[in-house]
Amino acid sequence: MLTNADLLALDGKPGDFTAKIRQRPRYIDADNCTACGLCTQYCPKHLVDPYNEGLALTRPIHIDYAQAVPATYYIDPSSCLHLTHDTCQICVPVCQSHAINFSQQPEEISLKIGAVILSPGFGRISKETLAKFSYGKHPDIVTAVEFERMTTASGPFLGEVKCFSDGRHPKSIAFIQCVGSRDLGCNNGYCSSVCCMYAIKEALVAKEHDPEVDITVYYMDIRTQGKEFDKAQLRAEAMGIKFVRAKVADVTPWENRLQLTYSTLDGRHEFVPHDMVVLSVGLEAPKDAHGIAKITGIELNQYDFAKSDTFDPLTTNVDGVVVAGAFQGPKDIPESVTQASAAAGLVAGMLEKQRGQGIVHTEYPEEKAMGEEVRIGVFVCHCGINIASVVDVHKVEDSVEDMEGVVYHTDSLYSCSADAVETLKERIIEHNLNRVVIAACSPRTHEPLFQETLKSAGLNRCLIEMVNIRDQCSWVHAGEPDAATNKSEDLVRMAVAKARGMQPLPEQTVPVTPKAVIVGAGIAGMTVALTLADQGFDSVLLEKGKTLGGNLGLLNHTLDASETAAKLKQLVAKVKKNKKIDVITSAELVDFSGFVGNFSSVVASGKKEHTIDHGVVVLATGGHEHRPGGYLLDENKKVLTQMELEKRLAGRAKNRAPDSIVMIQCAGSRGDDLKYCSKVCCNHAVKNALQIKELNPDSQVIVLYRDMRTYGYAEDAYREARLKGVIFIPYEIENRPEVYEKGRKLHVKFFDELMQEEMDITPDLVALSVGIVPDGTEDLSKLLKAPLTDDKFFLEAHVKLRPVELPVSGVYVCGLAHGPKPVDETIAQAQAAAAKAAIPLVKGAVSVDPIVSTVDQDKCIGCSLCVSLCPFGAIEMIKVGKRRKAQTISASCKACGICSSHCPTFAISMGGFTNEQITDQIIAFGGVKEKETADVA
Amino acid sequence: MGKGMEHRAGSVMVVGGGIAGVQAALDLTELGYYVYLVEKAPVVGGVMAQLDKTFPTNDCSL
Repeated sequence: MLTNADLLALDGKPGDFTAKIRQRPRYIDADNCTACGLCTQYCPKHLVDPYNEGLALTRPIHIDYAQAVPATYYIDPSSCLHLTHDTCQICVPVCQSHAINFSQQPEEISLKIGAVILSPGFGRISKETLAKFSYGKHPDIVTAVEFERMTTASGPFLGEVKCFSDGRHPKSIAFIQCVGSRDLGCNNGYCSSVCCMYAIKEALVAKEHDPEVDITVYYMDIRTQGKEFDKAQLRAEAMGIKFVRAKVADVTPWENRLQLTYSTLDGRHEFVPHDMVVLSVGLEAPKDAHGIAKITGIELNQYDFAKSDTFDPLTTNVDGVVVAGAFQGPKDIPESVTQASAAAGLVAGMLEKQRGQGIVHTEYPEEKAMGEEVRIGVFVCHCGINIASVVDVHKVEDSVEDMEGVVYHTDSLYSCSADAVETLKERIIEHNLNRVVIAACSPRTHEPLFQETLKSAGLNRCLIEMVNIRDQCSWVHAGEPDAATNKSEDLVRMAVAKARGMQPLPEQTVPVTPKAVIVGAGIAGMTVALTLADQGFDSVLLEKGKTLGGNLGLLNHTLDASETAAKLKQLVAKVKKNKKIDVITSAELVDFSGFVGNFSSVVASGKKEHTIDHGVVVLATGGHEHRPGGYLLDENKKVLTQMELEKRLAGRAKNRAPDSIVMIQCAGSRGDDLKYCSKVCCNHAVKNALQIKELNPDSQVIVLYRDMRTYGYAEDAYREARLKGVIFIPYEIENRPEVYEKGRKLHVKFFDELMQEEMDITPDLVALSVGIVPDGTEDLSKLLKAPLTDDKFFLEAHVKLRPVELPVSGVYVCGLAHGPKPVDETIAQAQAAAAKAAIPLVKGAVSVDPIVSTVDQDKCIGCSLCVSLCPFGAIEMIKVGKRRKAQTISASCKACGICSSHCPTFAISMGGFTNEQITDQIIAFGGVKEKETADVA
Repeated sequence: MGKGMEHRAGSVMVVGGGIAGVQAALDLTELGYYVYLVEKAPVVGGVMAQLDKTFPTNDCSL
């Protein structure tokens, strides 16, 4: 990890690049810094804190936030008194670990690398653009990022929202959308795609903080096109947040408030005062985009983001250089994470031959025998002054002196510092310790470090118990040092009691069958198969139909005018030619069993049945157009879906582009028979509208919509359509357009919000944007025990951070089976799923966390309660003799403990958390003497 | 990290340590590659680290 570093040059070719990096000094030695924070307290100079968007002060020597990685402080060279005026140096003697080093110089480093991933993120909207909304002229006009820092509980105001002008709590807040987006005035013609959603989130958070606050969001279109996003907007509306469709022209300070001038659709001008205005700033190309382009040679698009192609969204014009994240185009966190995994998968394919060569393997000594005697070592940490300023560390340490099993105890200034860890290892060996209790900070952050130390000292890593006397004692009881010390003693006593019962737990690994099964051979499934094949892995591609290609075969071209048919043909040929891909058509998955690394699937194809052993499975089952009722679809030939219209437009019929057409968006979606937004229909409508105008420029095209969701660069096409005379008219959900027949004419009746009157027209054709429904997810969900959302799409393991994994280990999802999305997003997601699915295949074995449940089969009565309760399908019933007994599938167990706590005969115990250990801990808390415990237990 | 030339077969450079860069780096290490994560700021995490209610999951275990 090279922080404070700039890329200076990149030369060479794929597989053999040389990068020149300059690393600027932090003036603090990372090896010595313990992140205690003393230096910041003593530093005399103030610095406006950029991390807090300038809303707080910090010091030139600081760290952005407690969880920062690397957890090393740094000195801002532009404000440090020593570095600017050669004075001060107060921090140097203050630092107890001698970490401050002003002699550091910039270093130039050359790296030999095989490939490059560019993920420089996005830039900020310029101050000039913000100034159009009076930003900078009045303190109560803030950007959404500033507002985010304000509402953050750990932020500079501890989550309190206040007006900067006079410190009052705002009674009314306005959010202005599309600041620096959809605005040719600042050359940002695109939609930033994320602002509507974050504005809603921030509005909800603000409302949680103060339910009385009045919040209005001024918007052009609410673009909550992401999975489950519309639900958040409905929740916001239910909580009383107002949404006003209006373009804000001006923000003027007026007395101690801010007056918004805006015009509504029907042409009225309004003036409304608010206490605070939040600007929903868009995402711009990163500031150094041109620099990056010059160094790497990649091309940029007209908005200075990386140029990308629908069918190869992450590849650049330079071989061996791929992009991911917001630099590829404005996007949210789940999509950035998806692209990141996809980029990793692509690079892994490029460098398949070099795989594993660069990985550093750490060797550990063999675990020594435990012996009969319990030998516990207790280490109590001061954490600088973090713990020691409140808790009497020595008293806590002394309290363990006479405890049974404790043979060694000591304290340490920083248990986690490099030298202290080394000492820990030495003490374990010297005193032949076989169990370790560390009273310090959170196991969440530091347990892995100490587990490593145990391993390097020849102990099983499960022989450690951590006590968090920082968060749970010194921090929360900072004002009561005596009580905090008492509580620390209690907690340490409990930990020692639990430690006595600790046993080494075996590190389990399960071998992996290096093959994937991919369900569905549309663009998603085929991309997964090809990406896996590039990485050297075999897959079986199952297709329920007779041909490959799925929905892509039904499209003619994409919005950026790529011909789909030719691409599809290439792709199918590539799949068929690839020796690593085995295609089964007319296939149906009829049975599925096993666990990650060792799945077994039974596939029926015609009269044949195949049994396939495989390590992972990717679900790319796709979806199809919904066919809503109520719009005369399938009743009147003049009513088509957008797909059908596209086909007609691509055909040869003379009158294929009608003289007049009405398109109805959200027909059957967003609260009609489907609850959700299908993300692609607005783009599809604009694409077809442009095509009609191309073929028949005089055609009257009317699009009735609720919100035009042409997010990202599709906004350009939307603008083009308007310029070419396509008429866009919004409608409200309670006033849906009506399609009916009268005589031989097809009528569309709707309320025109612009003219404020009821319209009834008779177009040649009506095109419905009908939305997407997933295919066959319900059956697969039952077969694989994989959960679905309310809308019947697969539910990912973590919406933001694990967007292509399902909660069942070894099962991945991509494409329409995950949620509606356009071709480029489907491809990126498929590449991401392939990358994630490749991880267990690369490793060849899945390691199982040693903390899993085990069933004592003598006690088990075979009631199978645990099987029905286990959320991960990790317990199976087996036959032992004539009886049925439960057995844990260790590879699937997530150690949640539900089975153990519900077993009526206490037959199930959790490794590292046995009933005995927990009982011992509780007894130790009560302070009951050991001898009395037998009766209590 | 020492001075001068670093040479490892099967290594990849990730430029930018926001959520995309960190995730790419983590996945690459899992896939068997050595990663240099180059970040211009003193910390990784990018803008996501500034956000309320989505944080704190950006621990980067490189």
